[in-house]
Amino acid sequence: MAKRSHITLSVNGDEYETLCEPDQSLVDVLRNELELTGTKEGCSTGDCGACSVRLDGDLVCSCLVLGVEAEGKEIETIEGMAPSPDELHPLQTKFLEINGLQCGICTPGILVAAKALLEKNPNPTETEIRFWLAGNLCRCTGYDKIIRSVQAAAEEMRKG
Amino acid sequence: MDDVRYEAPDSPDAASSLLAEASGGGKVFAGGTDVMVQIHAELIDPGVIVDIKKIPGTRGISKSDGAYTFGAATAGMVLIGDEGFSSTWPGVIDGVALIGSIQVKGRASVGGNLCNASPAADSTPAMIAAGAICNIVGPNGERTAPVEDIVTGPGKTSLADGEFIMSFTMPKRPAHSGDAYLRLTPRTEMDIAVVGAGVNITLDDDGTCTAARVSLGAVAPTPLLVAEAAEALIGTKVDDAALTKMGEACSAACNPISDKRGTKEYRIKTAAVIARRAAEIALERAREN
Repeated sequence: MAKRSHITLSVNGDEYETLCEPDQSLVDVLRNELELTGTKEGCSTGDCGACSVRLDGDLVCSCLVLGVEAEGKEIETIEGMAPSPDELHPLQTKFLEINGLQCGICTPGILVAAKALLEKNPNPTETEIRFWLAGNLCRCTGYDKIIRSVQAAAEEMRKG
Repeated sequence: MDDVRYEAPDSPDAASSLLAEASGGGKVFAGGTDVMVQIHAELIDPGVIVDIKKIPGTRGISKSDGAYTFGAATAGMVLIGDEGFSSTWPGVIDGVALIGSIQVKGRASVGGNLCNASPAADSTPAMIAAGAICNIVGPNGERTAPVEDIVTGPGKTSLADGEFIMSFTMPKRPAHSGDAYLRLTPRTEMDIAVVGAGVNITLDDDGTCTAARVSLGAVAPTPLLVAEAAEALIGTKVDDAALTKMGEACSAACNPISDKRGTKEYRIKTAAVIARRAAEIALERAREN
């Protein structure tokens, strides 16, 4: 049994302490040590984007990050997206209205990735959205409704 | 997977010692986008994972005396977001921009892409064409090596036990210089090159090519520096005849395999096409400055 490391990290602004294996992925630490199961694990190889989180602001696949690397870092996951328990983020609202999801496994990753895009580019073209989300696979929607949901949320957010 | 350790030393010597002591059982860890997959698939079983990102100089971009140096573990998105670097080395950025998704580029580095030693690595031919130099640290101190000397075969490098690449230094950029990298893939994103070509050229005031480097990926066990292709451009106006000759030299240099992405014959033929298109972009960029 490998020696477990003690790590302290911030997730959605809350401090957490936990123990993790030297080779344990961040997605595994989030889901199985911190019980934050909003982040999904799909392929475990960085191809599907279901495990997308922000690591000190950078959009990353949490399956490709070691849990021990999160020591002292700030992580943002889907659980931190809604501003309050009674209010959804515009992206979440538009995905619901436009049916930008079916089974929902890819949705947390797509929402986290789309939020990162809109912070950088509040008015992306369809092409820019498609390229930005190329690392987020969805096997249900055919993507069209995802793209339209992001466009609608961007429009809503531009209104302020 | 028993008794694996994670170490994140803050000095090059400490990292080098950890790797040397592990005598082959150590794995350099930068962005982790290849290493995590290899661990998960049980393709590797390292005794110690040596995260080099806390060592000063392994991340970030600096410019000294007109030449850029950047940390080998600098994330792709950081390079893409650096306006000065991107406008000076657009061909390197072409290669970096093709490495996986935004998420993968949020972590993946040029050093990792090089040392993973895939024949199809996208940033490697661009770095070879650019004439980039690796700053290597090891048990016997520091040394430098051109990028084209690193990969010796699929998954294999010329780095000795305990050695790792700290950073890359780019040459100074003369006026009228341009570089470009193009790859052939069935999809526009999230794919692996069937053929990749990096071209870097410098023109004089009259538009005659005074220096050129041409590199190919995915057409041999290692990325190639094709001197004959560069010679076909040097001394010309990079006209149709020169580009055709360059393409022929590229095809002649190929030693590919046939696999699910393309046959040997297809790779040999398209290497000329992709290299020509890359050269045309590099030419256009060289004329712009």
